[in-house]
Amino acid sequence: MLEGCGLNKSYGTLKAAEGISLSLVPGQILGLLGPNGAGKTTTVSMLAGLMAPDSGEVLVDGRPMKGDSDPAKAMIGLVPQELALVDELSAGDNLAFFGALYGMRGKKLREAVEKALGFVGLEERSKDRVSSFSGGMKRRLNLAASLLHDPPVLLLDEPTVGVDPQSRNAIFDNLGALKEQGKAMLYTTHYMEEAERLCDRIQIMDHGKTIAEGTLRDLSALLPATSRLLLELKERGGREWLPELLKLPGVQSASEEEGTLSVTLRDLPTGAPEVLAWLSSKGVAYTHMSSERAGLEEVFLALTGKGLRDS
Amino acid sequence: MSLQAALAIAAKDVKIFFNDRRALLFTLAAPIVIATFFGFLSSGGGSGEKVKIPVLVVDEDGSSVSKSIFDGLLKDEALGCGASTETGAREAVRKGKATVGIIIPKGFGDASAKALFGGEKRPELILLYDPSHWGEMGMVRGLLTQHVMEAVSREAFNGAAGRKAIKDSLASVATSTTLKPEDKSALTKMLKSVANWQERLEATQGNESQEARGLGIPFDAKEEAVTSGSGVAYNGYAHSFAGMAIQFILFAAIDLGAGVLLERQRGLWKRLRSAPVSRFTLLVGKALSGAAISLFCLAGTFGFAMIFLKVRIHGSAIGFAAICLCSAVMAASFGLMIAALGRTQAATRGISALAVLMLAMLGGGWVPSFIFPAWMQRVTLIIPTRWAIDGLDGVTWRGLGLGYALQCAAVVLLFAVLFGLVALWRFRWEEE
Repeated sequence: MLEGCGLNKSYGTLKAAEGISLSLVPGQILGLLGPNGAGKTTTVSMLAGLMAPDSGEVLVDGRPMKGDSDPAKAMIGLVPQELALVDELSAGDNLAFFGALYGMRGKKLREAVEKALGFVGLEERSKDRVSSFSGGMKRRLNLAASLLHDPPVLLLDEPTVGVDPQSRNAIFDNLGALKEQGKAMLYTTHYMEEAERLCDRIQIMDHGKTIAEGTLRDLSALLPATSRLLLELKERGGREWLPELLKLPGVQSASEEEGTLSVTLRDLPTGAPEVLAWLSSKGVAYTHMSSERAGLEEVFLALTGKGLRDS
Repeated sequence: MSLQAALAIAAKDVKIFFNDRRALLFTLAAPIVIATFFGFLSSGGGSGEKVKIPVLVVDEDGSSVSKSIFDGLLKDEALGCGASTETGAREAVRKGKATVGIIIPKGFGDASAKALFGGEKRPELILLYDPSHWGEMGMVRGLLTQHVMEAVSREAFNGAAGRKAIKDSLASVATSTTLKPEDKSALTKMLKSVANWQERLEATQGNESQEARGLGIPFDAKEEAVTSGSGVAYNGYAHSFAGMAIQFILFAAIDLGAGVLLERQRGLWKRLRSAPVSRFTLLVGKALSGAAISLFCLAGTFGFAMIFLKVRIHGSAIGFAAICLCSAVMAASFGLMIAALGRTQAATRGISALAVLMLAMLGGGWVPSFIFPAWMQRVTLIIPTRWAIDGLDGVTWRGLGLGYALQCAAVVLLFAVLFGLVALWRFRWEEE
């Protein structure tokens, strides 16, 4: 439905996107995962027709996108990372304005506005100014604005930045419903949990390049570690023993953040007893212990040697 | 170009403009208040009371001539005259309480009467003046010349000092070794005639019907303000409203430019650009809203002036509409140029405000351009505001016709095209 083929974009000497290729399929969400500055927004901008790639092309239904006023752009709905709304106007007026840009008018436009507001649960706030909305409501309206012309393709550039968990869940529910409607979606994020929860396929980017792609299962197969052991430490501070812990056989990585020790292990059943015994011998006490399967964070760590949020 | 999309963009901006009541009030009230103030000043303050130039006279001579000069200055309606000492006059001028101090030195009366008939060295009058009032100084010099001539000639032809001066002059001519004989003869005849005139006047002294007179200005000036027609008085508000209206539509244009930068910052520009709408349509939509808001401002300001301050279009009404329309388009394209050249909203506002103030000032928005030095009047022809303001002056109080109005409107439109081309050329379409 929407394809990016070998997209390249540079700003001076900085290569923001290097040979990016991707394909969006109806009824599926493709996750574009990467740290800030990885080139996700540049890729979305090229796919949405906001900027021309230095080389490569964007195909909509197999045809190259041509120029600003190419009618094929009406097949795409963009949810920008910023809250691209007019604060001084009401929610209804905002949507009516965006709809008019797509040639909608009259009854058709009014119905589309009502439908979009209803979809994100804001039909009661149609006449209220956007400036009176909470951050979460603005995010939902930001999504509604991209749905007004009922595009088969949606490009969502970090659509949950800065929202509370309740609004985030509401947006996730909306995206689930859109997926069921058969929309082809691209979802960029640097939150691995979001990608794991929403996406059918994931493409990991770093420094403008695709470093891995596939389903969550495909990517997990790349992992040298399979499990993570989490321990809530009794006392904070004094972690001089951490480098020694890393030398234990089977330990892939170890880090401590806000009193929680996270140890990734090649094999949980054999590695965990060894780690716990070693900690006891060092006098490190803990109040709670749990374990989980390794995820995208570990994939990214394994591929780049750094955490998603460290980059 | 999609007309529907362009109109939607324009309608959105106009709606935002009218939704912000405080900004709307400011946009209309500010030019009205400032233009009313400037118009009030240029109309003489409304009370009809003439402002007198404060002058202090230091009479060190005490002669009948110096007293006569002082009396003349005292009666002059253009001057607010008073007596002082030299120290007092200097202090008053230094402090700005008097514009000119006139010192009449000792012996001025005798010396001036003799100097009137030639031969003697002319005595000096000392003028102490405030350099910040050089224009008024010129006026005082002219009035002083008139009063001195009247006083000195009256004394020369009628007074005791005059008789003594004639007697001394006759003696001086008789003993002169430098004058030619024929010149001596002619001068002696003239002086004796004056002496005879003095004797006749002395003989009839006491007759009140014979008022002693000196040399006066040999004409009376009949003043007529040339406006749009006979009987049509000059309305100072017409110019001030033209200037302020143009200045404030340019300020509104800054809002348009800064608004585009803000939309870019908010990501709204991305959403606009993701729609199947051409770049040209986006700019036309913005230009339409800018022009519509500017036209509204012009209508509001001039509407107020016409209803409450009796400003009238004495020239071509179509020309007035054409100038307003072209000025509105020019302001809109100026706003787009700001959006194209600016980087951040805050920095752009500061620089643009300075540019608008310069354009308004040099265009004659604050003071009429004919007050400028000749070279500046020529140079400011390259400024669009000059043409817009001159055009509005032309069709309002000057009463000029459609031809003149269209000439001004065409030049303003030319600038609008120029600004629009710069905007198209320099607009950053891609987000970095």
